Amino acid sequence: MEQQTYIKAINTALHEEMRRDENVFVMGEDVADLGGAFKATEGLREAFGEERVIDTPISEALIVGAGIGAAVLGMRPVVEMQFADFISCAFDQIVNMAATLRYRHGGQAACPLVVRAPSGAGVHGALFHSQNPEAWFTRVPGLKVVAPATVYDAKGLLKSAIRDGNPVVYFEHKRLYRSIKEDLPEGDFTVPIGVAEIRKEGSDLSLITYGGTLGPSLDAARIVEKEDGLGVEVLDLRTLLPLDREAILATARKTGKVLVVHEDRLTGGIGGEVAALISEHAFEDLDGPVRRVAALDTHVAFSPPLEQTILPDTNKILEAIRSLAAY
Amino acid sequence: MPETIGARGEPDPSPRIEYELQLYYWMKLIRAFEDRVSRLHRQNKILGGVYSGAGQEAIVTGICAPLKDGDFVAPLHRDMGVFIMRGVAPGRLMAQLMGKETGLSRGKDSFLHGGDMEHFVFGSTSMLGSSLPVAVGAALKFKMKRDPNIAVAFFGEGASSRGDVHEAMNFAGVHKLPVLFVCENNRYAYSTPLEKQMAIEDVADRAAAYGFKGHVCSGNDLLAVLEVTERVVDKVRAGEGPALIECKTYRYRGHSEHDAALYRDKEELLEWESRDPIPRFEFYLEKKGHDIKRIRDQIDQKTHQVVQEAVDYAEQSPLPEPKEALEDLYAPPGASVTSNLNSSSNNGAR
Repeated sequence: MEQQTYIKAINTALHEEMRRDENVFVMGEDVADLGGAFKATEGLREAFGEERVIDTPISEALIVGAGIGAAVLGMRPVVEMQFADFISCAFDQIVNMAATLRYRHGGQAACPLVVRAPSGAGVHGALFHSQNPEAWFTRVPGLKVVAPATVYDAKGLLKSAIRDGNPVVYFEHKRLYRSIKEDLPEGDFTVPIGVAEIRKEGSDLSLITYGGTLGPSLDAARIVEKEDGLGVEVLDLRTLLPLDREAILATARKTGKVLVVHEDRLTGGIGGEVAALISEHAFEDLDGPVRRVAALDTHVAFSPPLEQTILPDTNKILEAIRSLAAY
Repeated sequence: MPETIGARGEPDPSPRIEYELQLYYWMKLIRAFEDRVSRLHRQNKILGGVYSGAGQEAIVTGICAPLKDGDFVAPLHRDMGVFIMRGVAPGRLMAQLMGKETGLSRGKDSFLHGGDMEHFVFGSTSMLGSSLPVAVGAALKFKMKRDPNIAVAFFGEGASSRGDVHEAMNFAGVHKLPVLFVCENNRYAYSTPLEKQMAIEDVADRAAAYGFKGHVCSGNDLLAVLEVTERVVDKVRAGEGPALIECKTYRYRGHSEHDAALYRDKEELLEWESRDPIPRFEFYLEKKGHDIKRIRDQIDQKTHQVVQEAVDYAEQSPLPEPKEALEDLYAPPGASVTSNLNSSSNNGAR
């Protein structure tokens, strides 16, 4: 066992996968000489050479598009959007080029591409370094979308994404990079894509979340357990496309009350889809409305009082749990 | 008619003359196919958008003829000929157009958005120019793996206005990748004429800004396209970096078959039709002493037969089952991602 940070787990996964498979290579802005803006790719150029660790110009469409071209020829590119905010510049390549690729080739082509996207707020990043753009992609068939919330998952999901035969958008939360540490087993392990994980058992209320809000959700769940005697079950989605419908419906049926929490803004967020799934398939098991805690429907503003108002936090989650429990 | 006509071949060891007759056959076959497609569209046997490349046959023929097996080609929506030149069976193409199960995309997409990776033909999207970064990625793979192949990306002067085209060419220049960019400048982006698209005359001029050479040739002159391609492809393959060939041409039909193209001057169309690549090449063959009337009759008969067989194949092919709407979205776990890519024998039926 070895204590590792979230960012180190990503870095280790890249090292191990590049060592395991010579077709894995890394490409993006400042990933080689600098080792990435967040040091996620640190040491890769030294270990694998500049042919497999490629610094690119500021060209997000090219970065993803070239990844697609290499992937259809059997390579396994891991391309980096320096900030998830910039993924909009590559939107067409991801959504129209990569996601439709197998479909429009009649199943006779594959695109084993990973797009890493450092996302999330809470680091004073303001409008263009705080975004959570996952919901732009979670309604695009042909893609897979993952958002690890733990150090273990950061490593295991990245390895699964690299070994997958499909385009995977991997949202890594910037705030978690150095703020969480875990004991990781050494060596190779993977986390399956499409499988959610119960982080805390409970029978009074279900809290469904992912990514950056898992931590505050668990904090809130522990507080109400201690102070109110409420048993909150916390389900970490881990994969956002495809959603683990069975796990979502199972916890909803178990507790009858569901709160969905995410850092992405409310309208059009994944919470809406989760709520719809539950009302469609578990309506008769519900004992209250499915509620959501999410960022306000605005942009993530810079000044601390504005940012705090906009983003979900432990207190807002706590309040929502208590209100729903009392329903 | 020489035996090689209608079969795959390269100039050597066949004598040059047989090669030239074969090129003529390919242009004629592509034109016959295009004309038949336009007709089938009017007969409602082909639905959706149909984008004719009639008048631009010399470009796809001249660019593709010198290519080798395993070269990656990303055609445009108007480049039916690329599929034929690369060995995709005409029947599968026609089935694609009719939305049949046996088409390239098994009924998933219309017209040319299907690709055929068995022949290294990459299916485009409607976002023109988006294939250029992809072709650059293919070239990157060839360079990384020391493959002797090149990537070829077709685009129109219309797509040249898109940022993807700039990003692709810039990166290809920086890394000296084995990629050939082919601009089919047919003077119109749907209805928008050249002078409203760019402030310069030649797209090829832009190559200099990316650190490689741009070449301009008449896209309606097969020999001109072939001459520049043979010269340039050898250099790209030898690792000298990317190149851009701009072929000046003209779109005979509307943007699609729905478009009567009334925004164009009739005189302009007539003038370009007088430069049609097929009679132009016939004139050349005749000057070389061929009995062009005899050859044309033979080839018309042959192309008619090939196209008719393609239509028959497509018409007899089944439509996809409704449940297939949800198939081919994801590669299943453990599926080889290169199942069709390692075979050296990709000689499809011509």
